[in-house]
Amino acid sequence: MDFGFSEDQELLRDSARKFLDAECPTTFVRKMMANDSAHATELWKKAAGLGWMGILIPEEYGGIGGSFLDLVVVLEEMGKSLMPGPFFATVLLGSTAVIVGGSDEQKSRLLPKVCAGELLMTLAQAEKSGRYDAGGISMQAAAKGSDFVLSGEKLFVPDAHVADHIVVAARTSESSSESPPEDGITLFLVDAKSPGVEVTQLKTVDMTRRQCHVAFQDVGVAGSHVIGEVGKGWPILKRVLDLAMAGLCTEMVGTGQRALDMAVEYAKERVQFGKPIGSFQAIKHKCVDMMVQVENARSLTYYAAWTVDENVDEANQAVPMAKAYCSDMCKTVTSEAIQVHGGIGFTWEHDMHLFYRRGLASEAAFGSAPTHREVVAQTLDL
Amino acid sequence: MDFDYSPQEEAFRQELRSWLEEHAPDRYDPDTFEIINQEERFQIKLDWQKKLHSAGWVGIHWPEEYGGRGATIMQQSIYQQEMARVRAPGLANTLGISLVGPTLMHWGTDEQKKRYVPKILSAEELWCQGYSEPGAGSDLASLQTRAVDDGDDFVVNGQKVWTSLAHKAHYCILVVRTDPDAPKHKGLSYLLVDMHSPGVTVRPLVQISGDADFNEVFFEDVRVPKANMVGERNQGWQVAITTLMFERANFGMVYNLEPMLDKLKALAKELELNGQTAADDPDVRQKIAQFHVETQALKYNGYRQLTQQVRGNPPGPEGSISKLAGSELYICMAHFGMELLGPYSQCALGEERGIDNGFWARRALGSRLYTIAGGTSEIMRNIVGERVLGLPKG
Repeated sequence: MDFGFSEDQELLRDSARKFLDAECPTTFVRKMMANDSAHATELWKKAAGLGWMGILIPEEYGGIGGSFLDLVVVLEEMGKSLMPGPFFATVLLGSTAVIVGGSDEQKSRLLPKVCAGELLMTLAQAEKSGRYDAGGISMQAAAKGSDFVLSGEKLFVPDAHVADHIVVAARTSESSSESPPEDGITLFLVDAKSPGVEVTQLKTVDMTRRQCHVAFQDVGVAGSHVIGEVGKGWPILKRVLDLAMAGLCTEMVGTGQRALDMAVEYAKERVQFGKPIGSFQAIKHKCVDMMVQVENARSLTYYAAWTVDENVDEANQAVPMAKAYCSDMCKTVTSEAIQVHGGIGFTWEHDMHLFYRRGLASEAAFGSAPTHREVVAQTLDL
Repeated sequence: MDFDYSPQEEAFRQELRSWLEEHAPDRYDPDTFEIINQEERFQIKLDWQKKLHSAGWVGIHWPEEYGGRGATIMQQSIYQQEMARVRAPGLANTLGISLVGPTLMHWGTDEQKKRYVPKILSAEELWCQGYSEPGAGSDLASLQTRAVDDGDDFVVNGQKVWTSLAHKAHYCILVVRTDPDAPKHKGLSYLLVDMHSPGVTVRPLVQISGDADFNEVFFEDVRVPKANMVGERNQGWQVAITTLMFERANFGMVYNLEPMLDKLKALAKELELNGQTAADDPDVRQKIAQFHVETQALKYNGYRQLTQQVRGNPPGPEGSISKLAGSELYICMAHFGMELLGPYSQCALGEERGIDNGFWARRALGSRLYTIAGGTSEIMRNIVGERVLGLPKG
């Protein structure tokens, strides 16, 4: 038994840390928040040069063919640096859907370009209901010969405004009392420039990563652009969501860790009543409680990452456990870090709110803690 | 990452499992163990330790020359898992096995090792720990029990408190002040004291639960041979801290939490709440799921800690939070059991109109043990804050 990363993975972590320290300081993050798209093409090319887009992509399609755990160490460092832009959307959502369920033709057409940093992707799942379970997918795709016509709306689509291809989850047959909501869902590869696709950026709390409203008005999609089989998209999507949530949890661990580190550093330096405030137990104990949450989150997340890497049944419980805990942790720890900073932490000028914003956005993505706790309860036969 | 056990580790597990299948603790029922008479409870633990010892299953982490098996860290973990799986009771001489033996192996003279260590695993000699005093709890180093040099002996006067098992123990690890003029950490020494020495008086203290597992111990002109000092004179604090580290590392809370969670789930399925089974109530489901998540987090923290140890790395922050987080989770879970029981939670042991024969009430009443013993949660937070996070001392 060995619950830790390999030497190679630790080296990868170090190189990611160095790269992000140099390329992605908070001054850059702020610049991207104010930018039209939050997507920096120069950073993107450099990251592609390091092979990051292709960590999960098999070598035959130009990738590194690494394990999910390799990606995890990079994601944790990205979470610490609040890396802006469509990495998560492209690597953990869009291209993952192709890796998991795509045909050889789809893989050869898209994945080499993703690796090269020439193609951006995302996944459109949630709708007005804000749900991330199968029952939340109601957008229709009507068959037209061997092709399909998509009509409806998707919400909270990550970085759709820069995506070249959007993987869209839609219904090709109605769910009924006889068939569970998991049946009849189909995944489509949609060119974002197709006629009838209209992408609008949302004004959101965390502008380092944009979210969009995507309207589909009679969008024609060729039958060859279905990922997997018609009506059988849910198992593919479920696997993509497990990978994505484990990845998001890893980012949250990084974000929480950095907020904790900043709070601890401040508590050592800030002097009040003639002493560093970190010598007062009210502050010291608060920092320890933050650390406990970060470490618990880390353990749950690494375990969840292992289960999705191995693709074992334990993922059905490990992933919602991690998402439930990390959602609470990241929000609480970043918020408490503001408290430790006092007045300066409440300013726009101080960086702490960037972390809190990311915490809030990550909590909301794919369902917040109560949703996932209920899933955990179901796995406990309650 | 890899969660498999090696063939040798599996063989070890199988060997222990087979032994456990053929050997159960005598007169023992895990469901009622906590509510039976305390003397009977002690006897069950004593007999169980002797039975285990006869087959070499006590103190497996000890070196072979002292009667252990020199078990690897993984084997120790498997041992704990298997004991938890069969819900085995604790042992009578836990303090000796976990604290005294390892401390003596580290600091003791050859003479001391030879004399005291072998009788710990067999439970021939039971040990207690003379640390806290009425005026020295969290601020342990301010203790006042005096040991005065007198020929070949020290003469000890003073009082200890919260001394578990003093009423049964043959020996005590006693921290005393040998130099009252030195700074508080620099005037202490560490003695091994025969509890049957003239001048030792043990007076039971009744706990919240009604049991009297711990005691006040009075020392009146008690003569302790100098040969019974562990470590150097006035250097006893280092020895005492070694023992404390063993104590805190020994709180494998997760092994208490998992069976407790099972009991909570069973209770929720059995009881009604707001016109439905409690297990169908959304709030109950949320809480039990959260307890499960936190319990698993502690378990995986433990695996990370284990991995660091196996790899020979220094312990990471994950290693410091087992006692702190586990003890607080234990209280929350005990309180939730009470909440589910509603008015029936008040029914104590022996009340026939009750549902659980006072089990959850007893858990709740006893739950503060873990946030206080071996360093309060507040002291643990100071230690973690200062040593792990590097925050300045107050």
